[in-house]
Amino acid sequence: MSTTDPVVAPAEPNPVLTALRDAALWAAITLLLTGPVVGLGTVASSGTYVFVQRWGLVLSMTAIVFVVRFLLMMTIWRDRAPGPRKVVADLPKSLEFLRELFIPVAVLLAFSYPFISVWLTGGMTTGRYWIDLGVLVLTYILLGWGLNIVVGLAGLLDLGYVAFYAVGAYTFALLSLNFDLSFWVCLPIAGVIAAMWGVLLGFPVLRLRGDYLAIVTLAFGEIIRLVLINWREFTQGASGINRIPRPGFFGLDFVPSGPASFAQFFGIPFSPVHRLIFFYYVTLVLAFVVLLVTIRLRRLPIGRAWEALREDEIACRSLGISVVNTKLTAFALGAMFGGFAGAVFAARQGYISPQDFTFLQSALVLAIVVLGGLGSNLGVVFSAIVLIGGVELLRNLGFLKQIFGPEFDPTTYRMLIFGLLMVVIMVWRPRGLISSRSPSVFLKEKKTVSAEMVHEGRG
Amino acid sequence: MEYFLQQLINGVTLGSIYGLIAIGYTMVYGIIGMINFAHGDIFMVSTMISLVFIVLLLTVGITSVPVILFLLLIASVLLTSLYGWTVERMAYRPLRGSFRLAPLISAIGMSIVLQNYVQNAQGADKKAFPTLIPGYMRFFEEGSFPVILQYSQVAVMVVTVVVLVIFTWLVTRTSLGRAQRACEQDLKMASLLGVNVDRTISLTFVIGAALAAVAGMMHLLYYGVTDFYAGFVVGIKAFTAAVLGGIGSLPGAVLGGLTIGLIETFFAGYVSVDYKDVAAFSILAIVLIFLPSGLLGRPEVEKV
Repeated sequence: MSTTDPVVAPAEPNPVLTALRDAALWAAITLLLTGPVVGLGTVASSGTYVFVQRWGLVLSMTAIVFVVRFLLMMTIWRDRAPGPRKVVADLPKSLEFLRELFIPVAVLLAFSYPFISVWLTGGMTTGRYWIDLGVLVLTYILLGWGLNIVVGLAGLLDLGYVAFYAVGAYTFALLSLNFDLSFWVCLPIAGVIAAMWGVLLGFPVLRLRGDYLAIVTLAFGEIIRLVLINWREFTQGASGINRIPRPGFFGLDFVPSGPASFAQFFGIPFSPVHRLIFFYYVTLVLAFVVLLVTIRLRRLPIGRAWEALREDEIACRSLGISVVNTKLTAFALGAMFGGFAGAVFAARQGYISPQDFTFLQSALVLAIVVLGGLGSNLGVVFSAIVLIGGVELLRNLGFLKQIFGPEFDPTTYRMLIFGLLMVVIMVWRPRGLISSRSPSVFLKEKKTVSAEMVHEGRG
Repeated sequence: MEYFLQQLINGVTLGSIYGLIAIGYTMVYGIIGMINFAHGDIFMVSTMISLVFIVLLLTVGITSVPVILFLLLIASVLLTSLYGWTVERMAYRPLRGSFRLAPLISAIGMSIVLQNYVQNAQGADKKAFPTLIPGYMRFFEEGSFPVILQYSQVAVMVVTVVVLVIFTWLVTRTSLGRAQRACEQDLKMASLLGVNVDRTISLTFVIGAALAAVAGMMHLLYYGVTDFYAGFVVGIKAFTAAVLGGIGSLPGAVLGGLTIGLIETFFAGYVSVDYKDVAAFSILAIVLIFLPSGLLGRPEVEKV
């Protein structure tokens, strides 16, 4: 080899070939994975099992993976550089004014939502579905904001948050059934009792960190659920509590007629949706109270202590912050908001059972908080709308029956899509949908910082 | 006494299965510090794959039990490992180096996906299957309570011991095991010294899934029932076992598994069946309060 030879650059691999090879690999994996599980469905038949063979479905799934993977490799992933990706978060300067406008418009929209949905769908009964969906999303926003205090601000990973939701719901249900107390009396009691349980959980886990804390909180959630199932004399067991009294509107009840009828008092035609709209506003006001408290608390010493604890526990101790008080207040407040949400849930449903308080609920609320962006209140709203609202809308996929035949039941794919959505959002934006945070302490001018600068805490 | 012995046998059998699954949790935690929430569902997938293959082999006309078990073991381990590998590739690798909660959430998402995937593919009903290894030994025939040792229980314990021996050899004696332990100590340093970190992590998931596959197969053979939701409770218990033993410690996972299995069985046998899970979780909380890093775990020292 002479020294004058030009340096030959390594041959650039043909992108189409690379993409084809990659797509073929993933198609082969799909074939292997789905072959036995999807292709050979087992159906019980006279003491043994027979197969329902679905090779067409397996092959079409393989083909879909091949095509999607190939297209992705040729387009979006073509110039994928190794290393962390840059996340563009900021609006262009010309659109800055939208940020100012956003919050008031959102609040206005939230308050007029029931009327908009009644107006758009053209009637009380047709709007019912949308208002119900609104209440559901609001309940999760309420829960998300409560958990945000524990996980987002104080950095304590709580996988058993649903326990406090359950405590709130059962407190209201049992108090109102056994002692005939009204909803408005029970609501604060439910919050206080849930907070007490929060402290009760908080004490033993004070020394635990990170994933040890996570597993103990998870165990706590499961213990509460198991006790609710098995303590039949007290909680009526797995069959749940029925006929929970519904709250009225300042002494007026939502009944068709009578002296204390809401409809008669205001002289409007009776509709069962009135009660739903009332619940919508109850949940909305509660959510705003929680939000306001959270925002104000962030500026109080205790709120600053939470965030300091999240950033560095050792530094906190060195500076004389009481870790015990800080952790316990975070647990107690988060639990109290969970208890409020539980009471509202029980009052709206009129029926609760331990089935409503499974680990999936805890995971769902945690997913809402993390997908929205830890510590971001606005993020919780976005991800609750996307996850809860979006997945609820998947129930309306009936038109797919025309494509895949009458046996195709789209609702069974709802949770499958939901899980995939969680994975995709997380991979797409690991820091959550809202990836900037506004600090509560600043010098001269308030700037939002990237979420990359914020620690997630080690519990 | 006889009753005690019977509970001991049942507890060790259950504990062996928990221990095998717990290793998968503890290995993944040791190497990348995340809770692999989908691991319980990988276990569930392996029970389903086992069921499909038993039915397939019987349909094809193979009736010899040892042949069925051998082919079943191979098919179940290979396919379940592929599931473990795919889950890691899809949901965790893109989040490598991201913050701690991101892979946790995508793991929960993956767990929901696997459950609903199996539910759609195989139906939501409980799948019962008569055990392939019938028969049992009886002890203390003349006593008031004869102790029964089923052959399937013997199989579970023997297979567990064999698998653990192979696994220990793999981790302590092979270059893969060395790379794995190196990554566990310091991911960055290992990669600087030429260890292929991505490959090692993938293999960790594959090994964990393979152990879960063995556990899943034994679970189906011993209990003879599975469904799409079976992974959740067993997964939580196995994870509890891993934490109880000290997460990151491999002998700890087995010890924790046996402990949880024994507590659960004895509590169910002597106190109350309804509250056996409550007992297992309470013991976990109590142990962690006094030993915050588990039975065999090293205390976490934070460097400032």
